[in-house]
Amino acid sequence: MAMRIVAESARLLGAPRLIPIASAHIDGALYHGDSGTLFAERLVEGGARVAVRSTLNVGALDLMGCSRIRLEEPQRGMARRMMEAYRRLGCEQSWTCAPYQAGHRPTLGSDVAWGESNAVVFCNSVLGARTNRYGDFLDIACAITGRAPDYGLHHPENRRARLVFDVSALSATFFASEIAWPVLGSLYGREVGNTIGVVTGIANHPGEDALKAFGAAAASSGAVGLFHIAGVTPEAADVETILAGPEPEATIRVTPQMVAKARAGLSTTAAPKTIDAIAIGSPHLSHAEFDMLERLIAGRRLAVPIYACTGRHVLASLEQDGRRKALEASGVVIVADTCVVVTPIMPELSNGVLMTNSGKFAHYAPGNTGYAVLYASLADCVESAIVGKPRFTDIAA
Amino acid sequence: MSAATEILVPGKAGEGEALVLTAPISFWGGVDPRSGRIADVRHPQHGEVISGRVLFLPGTIGSSSASAVLLELVRNGRAPAALVLHEPDAILLLGLIVAREMGWEAPMAVRLGRDVFDTFRGISVNVAEDGALTVAA
Repeated sequence: MAMRIVAESARLLGAPRLIPIASAHIDGALYHGDSGTLFAERLVEGGARVAVRSTLNVGALDLMGCSRIRLEEPQRGMARRMMEAYRRLGCEQSWTCAPYQAGHRPTLGSDVAWGESNAVVFCNSVLGARTNRYGDFLDIACAITGRAPDYGLHHPENRRARLVFDVSALSATFFASEIAWPVLGSLYGREVGNTIGVVTGIANHPGEDALKAFGAAAASSGAVGLFHIAGVTPEAADVETILAGPEPEATIRVTPQMVAKARAGLSTTAAPKTIDAIAIGSPHLSHAEFDMLERLIAGRRLAVPIYACTGRHVLASLEQDGRRKALEASGVVIVADTCVVVTPIMPELSNGVLMTNSGKFAHYAPGNTGYAVLYASLADCVESAIVGKPRFTDIAA
Repeated sequence: MSAATEILVPGKAGEGEALVLTAPISFWGGVDPRSGRIADVRHPQHGEVISGRVLFLPGTIGSSSASAVLLELVRNGRAPAALVLHEPDAILLLGLIVAREMGWEAPMAVRLGRDVFDTFRGISVNVAEDGALTVAA
């Protein structure tokens, strides 16, 4: 069945052949309804096993028991059966949307089959490995067969930039702020759609967590599978190297006004008097992001909970030195293996307001949780959590 | 009014009121897998229900779980009557491919130039077994 799915997809996409893959990241183990569970169990019943290293994206349950998931029976049981089926197929129990920060880092130029939109874009753009945007079911089918359709971003000529996204008009102060990359990512995704672009005007490497936030936001607002940043990402030593032709087909000169509009567009409510929750960690928080959270909270007590979503790769070290207990004592709810927009964790409220620093949460929270969203920096999220009301610092682009 | 199309994924012939989306959508996070309602508050067609409609899609964005949402819609009887796309969608259409593998009756997906989507807006459309679109009687 797995090979038929790979072959049928290849036919649909016009791929003339299949190519071997080095690894897979599987986004199919999140419960959306019984159909996905029945599919995974069909594969298990057929005796399937993954042929290559395969990490798992988030599931619908917190198997580490950090947070309480409100999923009721029979859905809860079906979600658990689904996670169990993927384990039996031989996938690693990574349960994270940031596998690239949990030790799964394919080498530059290698062909892989990754699912989860942010993981795909990071894998292509920051690691320089080659994957298309594999959807649920094709990712596991590729992992089982060890093959993927030969098309799209597996070909070097399809990875070159056709568009320039010039951010040189934006201020250094803006780039020093933590919201710069998620806001730019959201704007980038909306502007480019599925065209491959190169960002120009960046002087220094902004750090891996910034690129993670940029890619996740871009892959939410657009169909972005690969971006380049001149002088930063591995396939774009400079603009000339990565452009497909002598001149770009289009150049987007980003203005402070465009950034202000993109930032405002991440919120769906303007000036609420109170907030009900704060959510961070889409993609899953890294060690460095937990360090920043701890520094900002500085031992204070939160009036509104901060849901901090992460993977077990980070949880292990947080538990070693008592940091998890200290964070939880402040009012942080650590969520492992899953996150607040994929499964019911936050209280069900009809007029709830969620504050977040994640461009990806800002995109998906209204549809998936019913909460209105206020977008802000992590520092503003923490201060707002402490006073229980929205607090904003002005950050001009 | 009629149009010949190319069948992307074979499936059941269908009929329904056309729903022409005016912006690309992420099925995951954008469409409720239980009700088929467009849940993305930023989408121009927010609140519309895609179930039983002939759905004209200008493109998809966002999550790689679009396929899982479509499969769930098929299984619980809330799928569109047919999907009309400008180009093959590598993620979304997996939902139909897998539905067929599972033995669940699924709608077909056909390819049609985006420029003629508007001519079908709001009218009842029949999608025949050969993929041809006609105004339903």
